Amino acid sequence: MPAGISTSDFYYILPELVLTAGALVVLIADVLLPKDRRAALSWVTLIALGATLASLAPFASTRVEIAHGLIAVDRFALFFKILFLVAAAITVLMSVRYLEVEGASPGEYYFLILCATLGMMIMAGGIDLVTIFIGLETMAVSFYILAGFIKPSQRSNEAAVKYFLLGAFSLGILLYGMSLMYGLSGTTNLRVMATRFAGQEQNPLLVLAVILVVAGVGFKIAAVPFHMWAPDVYEGAPTPITAFLSVGSKAASFAMLLRIFVEGLPAMSGDWRLLFYVLSIVTMTVGNFAAVTQSNLKRMLAYSSIAHAGYVLIGVVAGTARGVTATLIYLLVYSFMQLGAFAVIVLLRREDVVGDELKDFSGLHVRNPFAAFAMLLFMLSLGGIPPTAGFMGKFWLFSSAIDAGYYWLAVIGVLNSAVSLYYYVRVVVFMYLKKETIGSEPKATPALAVTLAIAVAATLILGVYPRLLFEVAEASARTLGMVPITTALR
Amino acid sequence: MPAPSLGDYLALSAVLFAIGAAGVFVRRNLITILLSIEIMLNAVNLTFVAFGRALGSADGQIIVFFVMTVAAAEAAVGLAIVITLFRHRESLNPDSFTALKW
Repeated sequence: MPAGISTSDFYYILPELVLTAGALVVLIADVLLPKDRRAALSWVTLIALGATLASLAPFASTRVEIAHGLIAVDRFALFFKILFLVAAAITVLMSVRYLEVEGASPGEYYFLILCATLGMMIMAGGIDLVTIFIGLETMAVSFYILAGFIKPSQRSNEAAVKYFLLGAFSLGILLYGMSLMYGLSGTTNLRVMATRFAGQEQNPLLVLAVILVVAGVGFKIAAVPFHMWAPDVYEGAPTPITAFLSVGSKAASFAMLLRIFVEGLPAMSGDWRLLFYVLSIVTMTVGNFAAVTQSNLKRMLAYSSIAHAGYVLIGVVAGTARGVTATLIYLLVYSFMQLGAFAVIVLLRREDVVGDELKDFSGLHVRNPFAAFAMLLFMLSLGGIPPTAGFMGKFWLFSSAIDAGYYWLAVIGVLNSAVSLYYYVRVVVFMYLKKETIGSEPKATPALAVTLAIAVAATLILGVYPRLLFEVAEASARTLGMVPITTALR
Repeated sequence: MPAPSLGDYLALSAVLFAIGAAGVFVRRNLITILLSIEIMLNAVNLTFVAFGRALGSADGQIIVFFVMTVAAAEAAVGLAIVITLFRHRESLNPDSFTALKW
């Protein structure tokens, strides 16, 4: 690796620099603003996210490697960066009210959200083990703190400890796999690595490296059997953070997964396809059946999010251009419906009600028809019912599996969707058919109303008019090196 | 006595990694679990350094600096989280954390 970084490299990381500057401004503004004006910090954060989004514009069709192959600026990274920024903005919108109710200070909170977003952006662009690792940790350490942000709450504390311990443990496993990948290839650049691994398919150390990296990444995407942290952390963490964690962290981990395996380990695709094939089936099935028995909605959505990681893995197993396209589409579609569902839970959080139990949803139709309708839409979309976006996402995932010859995977996916409908519809039953209500009137603040409106609009538009998203996602997926279909496991 | 070969270093780091991983599952004290994770990360460092030396490239050594920095940051955050929890519970045994179903 030749030394030295040129000035043009800084031009290409402009969005990351803007976001870093924005994060620092938030931190300083927190100190300078008087206590009663701190609510303005959410605006500063939104402006920082908007500025970063705008600074992505010059790179709409760029495809370069910068800093001697540490970071790639391409459509694939761009797609994920937009996803992270939108998800972060929605998270900020729903945090305003939540922080008020919990009485937590907003300064470090917004700073950490921006830091986590920065880490995700670096993960999506990283094509070098070092970059990916640094991005991952920037994100993860921010989330450890955010998960425990409500300090008086024991549940929040426990969530932080559990997330931290299993996160650090999984980091060790992932890094051990990475160290073997480095040792066997002599490089940390994933694209160079791919050429050096050709012909090493039988090397047992390389197989071990693949298994370790699959396990490490499996923790991050919460795939069964590495999922045990997810339900506890999702239930205990502050609700907006749970939403961001289940959307942003998961999408970033999938970006990392695609970079490492599709770009760096195409030679080993037989091995990792088999591993992900098994993980996908187990994850879908365990996630869905465990969700059926939950009465806490955050916990139910945690298991549902585990199941959705299983669906997304279908696209990874296919590994074709179509499979990766379907993965990108599903991650985006899933972001909107998942964030929307959590926004409804935030709306139900009032001074006298926690709002995350199933019974808290009873009679919502009478008290807040719009929130009930939004939740109905998100539940149907998560279950994969047309004409919602969730249906189109699942359709592409399953058709990519059939296209690549994995018929059983598609069949199991469809059966799992049917099971999942049971617990999604149960929420709808509570909202529309049960009468008894508790606590004060759940009212939407303007920020929450905007959040719900965005999520509802995206879920409907992407479901009715999916063509545009498909074209964007396909162009993004094509910038990733593809696994030849001939090595597919049939 | 001959100089240790690459294989020797890799064997040592594999043993260290196994000790650390076993410690995470066997030990019932948060601080000891944290130390076990540190042992795992140091096993990783040893692997990187050994490979870097065998390959004659500096990359392996440089990554170790990143890993060490990140491990320090993680330890700082992790200990802060553990202290907050200890204020509530007066216990470091993970089995006693039952507000959430484990």
